[in-house]
Amino acid sequence: MTVVSPRLKGIGVSSGVTAGPVALMGPRPRLPDDRPAVADAEAEAAAAIAALNFIAEDLEERAAAVAMPRAAEVLEATAMIARDPSLEEGIRLATAKGEPAAWAVHRAMDHFRELLLDLGGYMAERVGDLDDVRDRTIARLLGQPMPGVPERDAPFILVADDLAPADTVTLNPERVLALVTIRGGPTSHTAILARSLGLPAVVACGEAAALGDGELVAVDGATGVIRVGITQEEVVSTNRAEELRRAARAASHGPGRTADGHAVSLLVNIGDAAGAASVAKVDAEGVGLFRTEFLYLDRQDPPSVDEQVALYTEVFKAMGGRKIVVRTLDAGADKPLPFLNPEGEPNPALGVRGLRTARRSPQVLADQLAALALAQRATGAVVWVMAPMVATVAEAKGFTDLAHEHGLTIAGVMVEIPAAALRAADLLEHADFLSIGTNDLAQYTLAVDRMAGELADLLDPWQPALLDLIRMTAEAGLAAGKSVGVCGEAAASPLLAPVLVGLGVTSLSMSASAVADVRDALAAVTLAECREMAANALAGRTTGRP
Amino acid sequence: MAQREVIVGSRIGLHSRPAALFVKAVAEQHVKITIRKPEGAPVDARSILRVLALGAKNGETVVLEADGDGAEEALEAVATVVAEDHDDPA
Repeated sequence: MTVVSPRLKGIGVSSGVTAGPVALMGPRPRLPDDRPAVADAEAEAAAAIAALNFIAEDLEERAAAVAMPRAAEVLEATAMIARDPSLEEGIRLATAKGEPAAWAVHRAMDHFRELLLDLGGYMAERVGDLDDVRDRTIARLLGQPMPGVPERDAPFILVADDLAPADTVTLNPERVLALVTIRGGPTSHTAILARSLGLPAVVACGEAAALGDGELVAVDGATGVIRVGITQEEVVSTNRAEELRRAARAASHGPGRTADGHAVSLLVNIGDAAGAASVAKVDAEGVGLFRTEFLYLDRQDPPSVDEQVALYTEVFKAMGGRKIVVRTLDAGADKPLPFLNPEGEPNPALGVRGLRTARRSPQVLADQLAALALAQRATGAVVWVMAPMVATVAEAKGFTDLAHEHGLTIAGVMVEIPAAALRAADLLEHADFLSIGTNDLAQYTLAVDRMAGELADLLDPWQPALLDLIRMTAEAGLAAGKSVGVCGEAAASPLLAPVLVGLGVTSLSMSASAVADVRDALAAVTLAECREMAANALAGRTTGRP
Repeated sequence: MAQREVIVGSRIGLHSRPAALFVKAVAEQHVKITIRKPEGAPVDARSILRVLALGAKNGETVVLEADGDGAEEALEAVATVVAEDHDDPA
């Protein structure tokens, strides 16, 4: 008889199974309620400054050691705060008034924290870096464990409240087996990072707060189940089984189809030229979403046409004849660009983002389409283009006409706004295809900010209202004889993929690491079974997920 | 006292990367440099936190000041960093 281990349940956001010891993300240090009396103010100030210098050196060493330039820059900028001479003044003011070292650090930081918060916008975002330095310094002074990702000799399963961007850029994927967060949602930083690294991940698992450091657990990133209280033998057997499964996955190939041969294109989402290589590796049929933002980020001006042509040409060549769907620049909301997006929008997710930026800066879109057309002609690649954040038929017509004029023969639009899904049939009078972005469609259908971790259950892609909109869009595509794909995170779920196919979706685009699992999941069911699963999900009988 | 008025060249203002580059350049000089808005009080330009807290936006003027030997050259060097539009880090 097998003993059933207790299970915790969260939302699985990046598939794969792994087992190992838990390492808890270091919590923020807390200043004790009792403030000790200070004998020597000068000694307290010296201790505080020594601790700041220690933290700065540590950050600088880590910056020198990391391979990714982006991670190094984040660490260097944080170290610069720890080295700030103004903090010393603030600390001396506080210690002179009798504050112990840790309290003085808190006081000195608070002053700048408020100044930056008052400035709002970009400046207020730096408060996170300030808090990181403050927490590390106070932990050092109080002899408490360092906050942030723990350092361990053996690989571990990282359990955190949630992960901040600064944590994620410095995460070493060779040290981390899986990610589990107490908060966060399917579209949180944690989820996106985990999928890009191919790490299993479970988010929004409130019960994970009770896990202890070093406890052995098994994480299933597809079902969201965490088995606790397992033995070392179970850890070994779980990981061995997963290794075999991975080997089988690596051998998985061929076009996507159901058990009875209904074809479903399996495509990959990429965000840069390096991602293009993954397409052949997982034997996908092409790229279903080429995000072009990376060309524009961290810049003051848009890239020139020539610069874009060079990059698109490189990516198109890597396709080796496979199709690639390019999404035109999707700036705004969580990824604003200084030359496109207005500052200080009260609600940027509902503001000037995606295709809407072309109302203000039509030349940026015209340049991008011109560059894509030039690269297409130079390579002969199969290029489809689509616009993000389309709401109306007029917008769909405007974009597809413009793309056609540039010589891009296949032009479509994304369905991310409920208005577009409701009018899918009308959009298809102009658009050559539709691609459903489930992350944003969920956000706008359920009226939940994608970053609102405590509302993650509402962003669940199994929400029947969201599935209704997907069905309407897919049916409009079938009636028009045009392709309707899904390129949101929902497409990467081996459990949801058959449901999407049952709703009438013709292609699924996902991170490369998800392709093999989705291919296997589809091969295990017939189209009729997919339709039955879809009907059950629409009826809400599966209450979210099976 | 040497003084220099400079217009912030970076589109995103003197924050994040432009601010970090500026403070780095200031730290390389051998004289003490201050920075202020035209109507404001001068602050230590080696302090990233004070520079950020100025909230100097693109197109706004900042005043750089320094004293002593080599003050002019030092201001020249750091003024360039403020005036430049810091483009793609890649």
